[in-house]
Amino acid sequence: MSTTPNDFMAEGEPDQGQAVEQVGSSTTPDSWWQVVWSSKKARVGLVILGLYVLMAVFAPLIAPHDPLDGSFTPLLPPSGEHWLGTNTNGRDIASQLIFGSRISLLVGLFGGALATAIALVVGLVSGYTEGTIVDDVLSFVTNVALVIPALPLIITLVAYSDTRGVWLIVGIIALTSWAGAARGKRAQIITLRNRDFVTSAKFSGEGSARIIFSEIMPNMSSLVVAGFVGAATGAVGAEAGLAVLGLGDTRSVSWGTMLYQADAQGAIQQGLLTWIFAPGLALAILITAMSFINFGVDLLSNPHLRED
Amino acid sequence: MRYFLRKLGFFLGTLWAVVTLNFMIPRLQPGDPAELMVRRLQGKDSQLDTAQVEAMRSMLGAPDGSLWTQYWAYLADLLRGDFGVSYTYYPFSVAEVIGQAIWWTVGLVVVTQIISFVVGIVLGAYAAWRRNSKLDTTITLGSTFLGTLQPFWIALVLLYVFGYTLGWFPTSGGYSASTPGLNMFFIEEVLSHSTLPAVALLIVTPIGWILGMRNTMIMNLGEDYIRLAKAKGLPDRTVALRYAARNALLPSVTGFALALGSVLGGTILVETVFDYPGLGRLMGEAVSNKDYPLLQTLMLLTTTGVLIANLIADLLYGVLDPRARRAEG
Repeated sequence: MSTTPNDFMAEGEPDQGQAVEQVGSSTTPDSWWQVVWSSKKARVGLVILGLYVLMAVFAPLIAPHDPLDGSFTPLLPPSGEHWLGTNTNGRDIASQLIFGSRISLLVGLFGGALATAIALVVGLVSGYTEGTIVDDVLSFVTNVALVIPALPLIITLVAYSDTRGVWLIVGIIALTSWAGAARGKRAQIITLRNRDFVTSAKFSGEGSARIIFSEIMPNMSSLVVAGFVGAATGAVGAEAGLAVLGLGDTRSVSWGTMLYQADAQGAIQQGLLTWIFAPGLALAILITAMSFINFGVDLLSNPHLRED
Repeated sequence: MRYFLRKLGFFLGTLWAVVTLNFMIPRLQPGDPAELMVRRLQGKDSQLDTAQVEAMRSMLGAPDGSLWTQYWAYLADLLRGDFGVSYTYYPFSVAEVIGQAIWWTVGLVVVTQIISFVVGIVLGAYAAWRRNSKLDTTITLGSTFLGTLQPFWIALVLLYVFGYTLGWFPTSGGYSASTPGLNMFFIEEVLSHSTLPAVALLIVTPIGWILGMRNTMIMNLGEDYIRLAKAKGLPDRTVALRYAARNALLPSVTGFALALGSVLGGTILVETVFDYPGLGRLMGEAVSNKDYPLLQTLMLLTTTGVLIANLIADLLYGVLDPRARRAEG
C-alpha cells in the first residue's frame, strides 16, 4: 500500500463529481460497473484484488518452490533463492505466501456466495410473507442467528469435525454469518412487494417463488452485490481467525495457518520477521482492497453518495 | 410493558435455542457420540485416560437413553450448574476451571469496551461536527484502514515490538512472580501483563463506534431542532453536545451489546497470542486438547453473556426512547 489515505480523498472528490455527470448524461445511466469504477477507492480495490487473483491462479508459476517442501535449510535469511527466507520447518516462506492467497480467495468467494444465498432466501421469503407465520418463524431464526456470537460457535463446530477441509470451513462460516444481510433484504423487499409490477405478476398467475426471485430480486441487485462483498470480506477474516487457532485445513497453506505455525514455533522470539509480518500484511491489504470495492458498490445502492 | 415482555420473551427463546444447539452439536455425527469421541481420543493417543472417558460420560449424561431422556438429563445438569469435568484440568470440574479464568476476560473486555465506547463516541461526534475537515478525513479513513487489520496480527506485532524488542512489557501470562491477592505487587503485575492485550483490542474496537456515531450524528445535524437551536443563538458547543450528540447516542446503546459478540471473537484470538489466562486461552486449550466438556461450556457461557448484554441494552433502550416502546408494543 504505497498511497496514503489522504491521496484517496484529495483526488477522489472531483473525480466522483465528473463521473456523476458522465453517468447522468449517458442514455443508459445504470451501467453498474461504470458507477463502481467511478469511485477512486473502488478502482484501487479492484486493481489490488485483480493482482491477488492473478497471484492465486498462477501460483505454481510464480512461486519459486513447493510451499510444503521442507527440504531446505531452516531459518535462512531472505535471499535471491528464498525471497522471504525459510521457516523453522525448512519451508520457503515466499512460496507459502503466494499459495496462501488461494485459500483466502476461495473461502472469500464461496463463503461470501453461500452466505449471500442463504441471506437472500431467508430474507426475501420472510419479507414477502410479512405478517404470516412463515415470516414470524424466519424472522425469529434470523434474530437468533444475529445475536449469537459467531466465533465461539464456529470454533465449537469445527473442533468436532475430524477432517477440516476448505469446504467445511466455507460451509460453517456461511452458516454463521448470513443473518445481518437477511434482515436488510427483508426490509428491502417489504418496500418493493406492493409495487404495481408485483401485483401484475400475481394477477398473471405467477408462483410466489418466481415472483420473489425473478421479478423482485433483480430490482435489488446492488444490495445483493454489496452484501456479497461484505460477506466475502468477513469470510476471509473468519478463515484466518480459525486457522490462527489451529483449526484451519492442515493439508494446505493459508495465511492463517502460517501465522499459527509462526506463533506456535516462536517466530517472534527468534526474530523471524518475514514469517510473522508477511501473511498479516497480505491479509490486511486484501481486506482493505475489498472494503474499498464496497465503497464503490455503496454508490450503486445509495445514489445520494454519488451526488455528495 | 408489552415492549419489555416481548424483549424478555425473545431472550428466553434465544437462550433455549442456544442451549438446544449446544446439546445437538456433539450428537450431529452419526453413531453413538460417546463411543465415537472415546474412539477418536483412543486413536490419537494409544493409551486411553480413564479421566477422559469419565469426563465424556458426564458431559453426555446418559448416552444409552433415548435422545429425549438425554435432553432432559442435560437440562437438569445445566440447572444444577453441573457442566461435567474438564479433562485438560482433571480432576477439576469445568465450572471450577472457568471460574478461575472468567474474571481475567471480564476485566479485559469491560475496561477496553468502556474506553472504546467513550473514545469512539467523542471522536465520532467530533468528526461529524467538523464534517469534511482534515481531522474528519483523517479519523474516517484512518479507522477504515485500521478496521481491516486482524486483531491477532496486531497482537503479534505489539508482542514483537513492545514485548521482545523493546522489552517494555511482559510477553505472556497474567502475572509472574507474585501471589494472587490484594497486594500492590500483584496488582502492578496484572496491569503490566494486561496492557498489551488491552492495547491490541483498543486499536480495533473503537472503530465501530466512531463510524456509527459519525453517521447518526450527521443525520441528526440535518434535523429541524438543530436548526432551531442554532437560530436561537445557542453556542456551538451546546448545540453539538446537548442537542445533536445526545440524540445520536441512542442507537449506540443497542450497538454496544451487539458489538460484544465480535469483541469476544477478537478477545479469544488476542488472549491466545499473549497467553493471557482468560476464557479465550482456555478455549484455545480446549480446542487443541479436544476437551469437549470445557469447549461446550465455554461456548454456552460466552453466548449467554452476549445474550444477557443484549437484553439489558434492549430494555435500556425502551426506557430511554419512548418511541421504541410505542412502535413495537
